[in-house]
Amino acid sequence: MENNTNIIELRGITKVYEDGYTAVDNFNLEVKRGEFVTLLGPSGCGKTTTLRMIAGFLMPSSGEILLNGKSIQDLPPYKRPVNTVFQRYALFPHMNIYNNIAFGLKQKKTPKDVIGRKVRRVLDLVDLEGFEERSVSTLSGGQQQRIAIARALVNEPEILLLDEPLGALDLKMRKEMQIELKDMHDKLGITFIYVTHDQEEALTMSDKIVVMNEGKIQQIGTPEDIYNEPKNAFVADFIGESNIFNGMMTGKLRARFCGGEFECVDDYEEGTHITAVVRPEDVELTKPELGVIQGVVESVIFKGMHYEIAVLSGKNEIVSQTVHSAKVGDHVGIRVEPDNIHIMLAEDHTNFFFADINKDFKLEYNGHLLDTSVTRIIKGSSRREDGTLQDASGEAIDPARVRIQVAIGPSDIQMTDDQDAGLVKGTISNLIYKGDHYSYVIHTELEQDFVVNDEYLWNLGDSVSLLMPIDKMTFTIKKK
Amino acid sequence: MVKILKRAYLIVMLLFIYLPILILAVFSFTSATQIGAIRGFSLQNYVTLFTTPELTDMIRGTLFLALGSAFLATILGTLGAIGAFYSGKKASTLITSLNQVPVVNADVVTGFSICILLVVVFHISKDTFIPLVAGHVTLCAPFVFLSVMPKIKQMDSSIYEAALDLGATPLTALFEIVIPQIVPGIISGFALAITLSLDDYFISTYTKPAMFDTISTYVVNATKGSQTTIKTALWALSTVIFAVVVLIVIGMNVRALQKEGGSHAKE
Repeated sequence: MENNTNIIELRGITKVYEDGYTAVDNFNLEVKRGEFVTLLGPSGCGKTTTLRMIAGFLMPSSGEILLNGKSIQDLPPYKRPVNTVFQRYALFPHMNIYNNIAFGLKQKKTPKDVIGRKVRRVLDLVDLEGFEERSVSTLSGGQQQRIAIARALVNEPEILLLDEPLGALDLKMRKEMQIELKDMHDKLGITFIYVTHDQEEALTMSDKIVVMNEGKIQQIGTPEDIYNEPKNAFVADFIGESNIFNGMMTGKLRARFCGGEFECVDDYEEGTHITAVVRPEDVELTKPELGVIQGVVESVIFKGMHYEIAVLSGKNEIVSQTVHSAKVGDHVGIRVEPDNIHIMLAEDHTNFFFADINKDFKLEYNGHLLDTSVTRIIKGSSRREDGTLQDASGEAIDPARVRIQVAIGPSDIQMTDDQDAGLVKGTISNLIYKGDHYSYVIHTELEQDFVVNDEYLWNLGDSVSLLMPIDKMTFTIKKK
Repeated sequence: MVKILKRAYLIVMLLFIYLPILILAVFSFTSATQIGAIRGFSLQNYVTLFTTPELTDMIRGTLFLALGSAFLATILGTLGAIGAFYSGKKASTLITSLNQVPVVNADVVTGFSICILLVVVFHISKDTFIPLVAGHVTLCAPFVFLSVMPKIKQMDSSIYEAALDLGATPLTALFEIVIPQIVPGIISGFALAITLSLDDYFISTYTKPAMFDTISTYVVNATKGSQTTIKTALWALSTVIFAVVVLIVIGMNVRALQKEGGSHAKE
């Protein structure tokens, strides 16, 4: 069987907590012997829960975990051949370094001289020779982290689990440890399962990255795959920086988004609703007449290696990273090489658009007020007496620095003939019959494509206004 | 002026606290039979205290009772605190609040109800010492729980998981990893339990065997009686207890100072 090379398999793992919260939802993963696999996602995405289920601290609500093809469901943590490096090290404060590292071997009744030899070897491995007699409290954070790694590795586990092990270290130390961990992995040939929310860490170290969000796997792939071919808008947004646009295929290898028609290399049927991703480093700024679309430079930030330039084109903002500077207010053209445009099927057809906070600190889109409380959207914020906003730490929120991304499902939008009734007007530019309803693409006056589901038939080219109920919208905050 | 007032206030407060016991101490070294006129130095009270079998038995009995019930209470209180900490949130809150009740409850109620339950309902004779020990353990265990709990909360809770992860059984992890972390809490709980047991009067009167006395119950009876030699010997007992307490407190402070000095030296 081909399965033989899989050291661990998670099949249909679901974890529902007592309060009904689903932390992990139908998680399937195969890890090959010797692989360096990273579970990557924002906090609360279920990555640590998954790791704790592999370690045996948590029981899955359903599904099974196979180690070398055998279920380890009923094995308590102390009988599993896996060891964990904890986020806050979890060294035993009342033991010296030698006893900390020897603890696991002592549990296995290893002879004393063997323990001594092995402890010395792992201390050597983590570059802390001669630390045996030191007490935990005299060690720096970085040294404690190395001891925690040594304490796990000395047991020669089949799998080493690492739960954000570098989270508490400063940036320089983190970078060093990343390289050292990777070296250790290559040297020892042990399977590493690594949990982090730091995408750069994941891209640097992993053979395979599992991107998670809200308990679900978003994408599994090599770092290159994940970066270059993100499967959906979440992955594109989470990994690296991205410009993400809703759009539609307008012909063979042609896509319309961001108010222009671009050539691309992904072949989808004309009329398909798509999400286009362009990395900032792939956005070329040209003279206005040479660009596919035109815009005005909105801000220029010097980042050391490059400039980060935000360009406003119509209602869309495009971020470019380039070595050439520009001046705020410059008119520029924007061009993207076809193979730098990554086109994805807009799977769930959720419509995204940006709303602004206006000068009265109310939410506004296309000149219409959105009747909702801004203080509820920005966690911990409150309204000051003069009507301005402050964040959780009491600092003023600058409306120019914050954008609110609004998401609304295609079935939650209604179309109407009454041109002034809705939030935004547009024309129907595509329609597909989906069995019990039609799926429409509406190209709006703000050069955006919206997907709307409706059971009634409208005609191509009809002018409609879109009614979007506030209670169906979900909001996320994006910093500018 | 303010400085003088501050000093005076402090002196008055200290006198208020220490004068009564100092008077008793002074008189314990005299042959006086009543507090009043000092008649001359004598160690007679101390000789009586340590040679009268009735008194030495009572003191020994009280100490054994205190040590024994403090030992049991420490085990129960510590396990209770660990259990509550690792239980779910609801169970933990419930146990913690239930633990508060005997702490706040009047001793007389505790003593009386234990007497009713064990002696009247279960027909356990007071002579077995079971009601007495049960009473004292009930008195002390909640306080041990309270002094251990903060230490557990301070502990990095993942070290228990780390021990399991490294192959230790839950029992090994408990004894080798968790308990060493909370030893200071356990020791202070044990000390607290001893003083509570030594201090107790109400629970003892309701649950003790007829022929057994703790220091508290004995002193209360003796002061009502007419044997002056015993009464004055109790002055000596009070002085001894006070001296022991002072020594312990000084010892603890000196140790704490040394520890502080030691850790400074290390840095």
